[in-house]
Amino acid sequence: MLYLISYVGRSSINLVREMGRTTILLLQAIAWMILPPYRLKAIIKQMEFVGVKSLSVVILTGIFTGGVLALQSHQGFKLFGAETLVGSIVALSMTRELGPVLTALMVNGRAGSAMAAELGTMRVTEQIDALYVMAANPIKYLIVPRIIAGVIMLPVLTIISDFLGIIGGYFVGVFLLNINSGMFVANILQYLDLDDIFHGLTKSLFFGLILTHIGCYKGFYTEGGAEGVGKATTEAVVISSVLILISDYILTSIMF
Amino acid sequence: MIQLIDIHKSFGSNVVLNGLNLSIEKGKVTVIIGRSGGGKSVLLKHIIGLIRPDAGAINIDGKDITRFNDRELNRLRKKFGMLFQEAALFDSMTVGQNIAFPLEEHTKLKSSEIMEIVREKLAQVGLTGIENKMPSELSGGMKKRVGLARAIALEPEILLFDEPTTGLDPIMSDVIGRLIVDIQSKLDVTCIVISHDIYGTLRIAHKIAMLHDGLIIESGTPEEIRNSGNPVLQQFIEGKAEGPITVL
Repeated sequence: MLYLISYVGRSSINLVREMGRTTILLLQAIAWMILPPYRLKAIIKQMEFVGVKSLSVVILTGIFTGGVLALQSHQGFKLFGAETLVGSIVALSMTRELGPVLTALMVNGRAGSAMAAELGTMRVTEQIDALYVMAANPIKYLIVPRIIAGVIMLPVLTIISDFLGIIGGYFVGVFLLNINSGMFVANILQYLDLDDIFHGLTKSLFFGLILTHIGCYKGFYTEGGAEGVGKATTEAVVISSVLILISDYILTSIMF
Repeated sequence: MIQLIDIHKSFGSNVVLNGLNLSIEKGKVTVIIGRSGGGKSVLLKHIIGLIRPDAGAINIDGKDITRFNDRELNRLRKKFGMLFQEAALFDSMTVGQNIAFPLEEHTKLKSSEIMEIVREKLAQVGLTGIENKMPSELSGGMKKRVGLARAIALEPEILLFDEPTTGLDPIMSDVIGRLIVDIQSKLDVTCIVISHDIYGTLRIAHKIAMLHDGLIIESGTPEEIRNSGNPVLQQFIEGKAEGPITVL
């Protein structure tokens, strides 16, 4: 019994400590974002890493998600003779939900984990200490460019995913399921609002912040050599994925 | 002059420094020796403000740096250069970019002038023509020498060396030892070296201090250390398993 109480107590203290450290690191990163000098070169390098290098995985995810959405929704709508609604379902699902969430999860698996691993390795090989010793703030130098890149590139990737998802849905709907092309497009235009797209992009902006910040946080505070780096990388991906899904629910309930 | 006064530091229940006192003279090579895991690296990180003590004061040029805020610490660190145990070169940068990094951060020099200094510093540690190599292409000894070139890029007043000869063959260890002496005399810097390489230490040090159980138990010139009657120090110098320090 005593063991159980001490276990719960210890876990609670650790949780509060982690939350505190995460928040403090985020606040420090925001403060360093505002203060000069601005490291444009490092930001562009990270934008390439988060954005350009995630493009192939985002393109594939977008096209096939849109396609499978068309396929699945067609099965249901066929029962009511409302197959033309497939277009609007694909467009609404992609822009409001699947585009932002799936893009964030894919980028998290690729870039979030890489950030945790890279910063973790820098921590255990004393490269972060070397930055401190050379009076170069590692938060400014390592974390700020990554967070800015995530916040900018996630919405960009989400737009691409949204668009390609609709294209994927169009191809499946029109060419495989024989839905009238004009009806498919007209339905999308009738039901899809600009607000749907903007709200989806707003969500992706938060997801970009979450996945880069957690990736950086876990890497930055890595302890314990190669094993620690592996642990930090796994934790970064798991925690970011869960937080993306939880924040998705919260943001959706606020915005829509 | 660097003074460490009654420094206490613990990590959880593990007491690492237990009321440590040490004076480090300006323009000399001071070597802190002690067993692996005995707190030498922790001590070095206190001197540069990477770790704050639980209690005690660290006076550098009369100012207690334990009271410094981040901005003051950054200003102080520009006076320092440090060679890390595994060199800690940025592995995403070339050798040249590594050495240029502190110059780009803290000077307004043109890139051509920076590259000139990079070549000069590399030559000073006996390396030429490797500016475009990546750290992963270098041997352990070369990495340490590049790390040293980076540490002296800004011509610091104080140089810190964390186990500079660990993992190197005896010849390369001697090369690094000679470089420390050479750089110290040429640049007139204060060098603080932590090491457990006793023979290398006796060759390069002006002063040696032995860290044991969180305290400096003996300090003096190499001659005084060699002739010390302290049984712990003698066991360490002779490298014997039997003695007051018990491992097994």
